Amino acid sequence: MPSRITTPELSKVDQARLAQSGIDLSMKNRCGSFLQMDQDVVHAECSQEEIEVLSYAKAFEKYAWLKDYNWKIVSPDKDEVTKYVAAQKDPKGYVIIAHKGSSNILPIQACLYLGKDQIQHVHNIIIAEEGAELHIISGCTSGAHVGKGGAHYGISEFYVKKNAKISFTMIHNWSENIEVYPRSASVVEENGVFLSNYVCMQPVKKVQMYPTATLKGANSVARFSSIVIATPGSLMDLGSRAILEGVGASAELITRAITKGGTIISRGHINGKTAGTRGHLECKGLILKDGVIYAIPEIEGSVVGTELSHEAAVGKLAKDEIEYLMSRGLDEDEATATIIRGFLDVKINGLPEALQKQIDTSIDEAEKSGF
Amino acid sequence: MLQINNLHVNIGDKEVLHDINLHIDDGETHVLLGPNGSGKTTLLMTLMGFSNYSVTKGTITYNGEDVTNMHANERAKRGIGMLFQRPPTISGLKLGKMLAAISRTKQENIPELAKSVHMDKFLERDINKGFSGGEIKRSEVLQLMIQNPDFVMLDEPESGVDLENISLIGTTIGSLLEKDKHLANRKKSGLVITHTGYILDYLDADKGHVMCDGQIRCHGNPREILKDIKQRGYKECLECRHA
Repeated sequence: MPSRITTPELSKVDQARLAQSGIDLSMKNRCGSFLQMDQDVVHAECSQEEIEVLSYAKAFEKYAWLKDYNWKIVSPDKDEVTKYVAAQKDPKGYVIIAHKGSSNILPIQACLYLGKDQIQHVHNIIIAEEGAELHIISGCTSGAHVGKGGAHYGISEFYVKKNAKISFTMIHNWSENIEVYPRSASVVEENGVFLSNYVCMQPVKKVQMYPTATLKGANSVARFSSIVIATPGSLMDLGSRAILEGVGASAELITRAITKGGTIISRGHINGKTAGTRGHLECKGLILKDGVIYAIPEIEGSVVGTELSHEAAVGKLAKDEIEYLMSRGLDEDEATATIIRGFLDVKINGLPEALQKQIDTSIDEAEKSGF
Repeated sequence: MLQINNLHVNIGDKEVLHDINLHIDDGETHVLLGPNGSGKTTLLMTLMGFSNYSVTKGTITYNGEDVTNMHANERAKRGIGMLFQRPPTISGLKLGKMLAAISRTKQENIPELAKSVHMDKFLERDINKGFSGGEIKRSEVLQLMIQNPDFVMLDEPESGVDLENISLIGTTIGSLLEKDKHLANRKKSGLVITHTGYILDYLDADKGHVMCDGQIRCHGNPREILKDIKQRGYKECLECRHA
């Protein structure tokens, strides 16, 4: 078992915040770990054979070929965020490589912690080589008190090779004065599977992201699942895109969004470019307190034989459902929480149990504070 | 157990139940008959405390306590329970999770109870989503088994249920109403809506009432009333003004 991560400079409160983002400092249920606090890489190790967790700098020292994976699917010129990260002389972030045929049952955790009033920048490259299976949980959090605020700019490039699988579960636990701009893309080869899960139940000033999966290989699969709650003052501009190129490629984009006064823009785009491809986009929103849920689903098919669908619904809690549970003895608050819990309960096909439990725990935490 | 006096009920601005009077004693099971749209379900929903049904006049007394203005959960806690004819579908909420929520303070063996009504394979399914008529009824019965109410209202428990499962549902409801106990020891009471009467084979009902146009028009032996309705329909009931 890998050694426990020590973070003596973190207060108990902030250690609890890390735990809330799915970070297990004891390493009991993790096979590897990467921890970056502000711009310092504090920890990078993995005990699983044939899987490496390296800092960005170390990885480029070790493997010259990594240049072929650097800024290849996210363009450095895409926007101000990518330009800022690309201009860094000392790039930060991590590289995780699951070598051919390797797999991890216990996930690797990657933690990006923002403790000071500044822009934290990272560039991550994640590669699952042929036949490899790689599960990662990424917990992103900030200190309870980050001065006037801060921002997180994160570039991530995922490469899923033939018959490989990557699951990436990102749990955000920022605070009211943090802005977050992830920029990520993935390429999935033949029979590859890419699962991307996003959970954000806590306040954040702004999150803006639109990750893209290009399903190049035949029968490749991508599933994006987002479970979010927007509190007053939060702006969450979230999207995901799947480009179906390989014959038999399929994608599923699922969002469960709740506003308690904040704004959620839920975008999605599936582009079916090849016959025999399938895609489904689903956004369900609940407005608990006046706020905005703006769903913008796009499906684009350009050949005979691509099958695409979308389903979007925004509404309120149904009174007959609440009263049905009340007639079984639950009081109104219990009935409401039980229904919301169910609404957020998305079971992700192909996700290891430990990660599904972690997502469930995040929802449990939100439930404890009455959603 | 239950005493309804001069009950008038509105849905929105429209009065739909007029001057309902009903008395159900401990251990008794009553049957409510009447054509579609006569107000039978409305009466049950009102007794359960659903907010769409507002009592404008009269009282509902349960075990000596006025429950007319109580919320549904307060009535449930006092021992009132209901089998719904068309319960809502709740997306994402698993039947097993709901049963666990109902049984918080009880030590029920949920998987075992679910198995007894052939619902063990439905515990991980969203409540009522894609359930057949019979599955909905078995899910409702299962919820009631855990809730274990003293006064059980049953809204067409046999509708949509195949013949094989009617016996299962009937027997289970029968034991919910303590029909397996001797009359003197029977404390639980019921109010049952039925159109076919099949369920009466298992419930041994004591009294029957016919409802038309939001009023209870007559009372009597449930089997005799049912036989009469089967032969003559509701035409005369609709014309009858003598409650």
